[in-house]
Amino acid sequence: MSDTLATNVLTYPFGNAGLDPLLPDLGPDGVGRVQLPTGQQAWLFTRHEHLRELLRSPDFSSDFTRPGFPLIRPIPEDMPRRPDGSLIRMDPPEHTKFRRMLTPEFMIKHIRTLEPLIRQTVVDALEQMRAAGQPADLVEHFALPVPSMVICHLLGVPYTDHDYFQERSRILLAWSSTPEQARDAIEELRDYLTRLIAARRGERGEDLISRLAAERVATGEMTEEELVGLSVLLLIAGHETTSNMIGLSTLVLLEHPAQLRRLRERPELIDDTVEELLRYLTIVRTGLTRVAVADTEVGGHRIAAGEGVIALLSAANRDADVFPDGAEFDLARGSHQHMAFGFGIHQCIGQPLARAELRIALSELITRLPGLALAVDADDVRYRDAVVFGVQRLPVTW
Amino acid sequence: MSVRLRVAVDRDACCGSGNCVRTAPEVFDQDDADGLVVLRQAEPPESEHDAVREAAYNCPAAAIDVTEATATRP
Repeated sequence: MSDTLATNVLTYPFGNAGLDPLLPDLGPDGVGRVQLPTGQQAWLFTRHEHLRELLRSPDFSSDFTRPGFPLIRPIPEDMPRRPDGSLIRMDPPEHTKFRRMLTPEFMIKHIRTLEPLIRQTVVDALEQMRAAGQPADLVEHFALPVPSMVICHLLGVPYTDHDYFQERSRILLAWSSTPEQARDAIEELRDYLTRLIAARRGERGEDLISRLAAERVATGEMTEEELVGLSVLLLIAGHETTSNMIGLSTLVLLEHPAQLRRLRERPELIDDTVEELLRYLTIVRTGLTRVAVADTEVGGHRIAAGEGVIALLSAANRDADVFPDGAEFDLARGSHQHMAFGFGIHQCIGQPLARAELRIALSELITRLPGLALAVDADDVRYRDAVVFGVQRLPVTW
Repeated sequence: MSVRLRVAVDRDACCGSGNCVRTAPEVFDQDDADGLVVLRQAEPPESEHDAVREAAYNCPAAAIDVTEATATRP
């Protein structure tokens, strides 16, 4: 196969238009070139098979400080270029060391022990929403607080501070934020967590941050700065992704009443429903960015060391070879090969938690509010213009 | 004729995503101490073969190796 492509360079990212991601027509090969806001060019891969190859390959790095790394938004000159502790931007062997400190925390059987807490959080939020009266914004009353409270509990971050960290998280992820605003937001989150870690010192808390501080920082396995970076990542990833999935999933279910009815009649379909929602929505719509660290090949295309690549998860999750009629939502599909959590060694470490939260939140929502309905026309629902896709508000009645 | 399947896992490559445990809980588990893959049976019965192949295909870190041997039963 040729390694030269049509000279048509697309402007990237493609933006968020609605429930369906904007996907380029790149022909059967699904490989293209894109121009990034930073002026760089990168390869774009969209086929499921290509993403499997690319994201499992040791020839690509996730370290954004490497030359040629494709940056989707400009970084201010004075921004410290440190991937410290931010797992998703690290390569082996450092990545392996850090990830292994967390794998037992998020493993399936550990998350199972948290399910009663998740269920109680879900039920309490629903009761409070009911008490607030209808119509109510499902995002404000349910989709955002539930995962926020759960990750706060796990990390040992006081939920009473949620306005502070949610606002900074929102600024960090919004496309409309300037690079300087995004930098300030992340620095404020780092300062906040630095103070929190200092305040926890010596308390021997059972939460994850306290335990990492006692077992990893005190022993010299991790620096305090790395613990701060890791905590920022877990706090943001822990509530942004799941909260956006809960809001969008509710909208999708309400827009597919026959399938919602089927789910209500057969509650055991919830696991398949969650997988299909993850596939269909794929909220990390900007895809995953990597830079080649060796001359290599993906799908027969030669990629030189130092070239950037983007793996478009939302396109792979609608690849007709793997998901026939992929643009259709079908809860009976059995979407076990989707890449909504990414693929490769960086695949979402929190996926058991996300699945448990989605399963419990959606089950309780449709059971406890049998008359759940949109309070606005679906066409009037506004979407977030952010790195993580979601709805801004979702007014509902019940 | 029956198909025998031999499963091997690479704990050094494992990233602890837990995909295999979701897909084939009779064959794979996660170690209580480190969350990495533990093989419960290296030669699973035929009823598990589809799930094992799916687990290997979906393993993000390519840490599961499945080899097939066609054996004639005596």
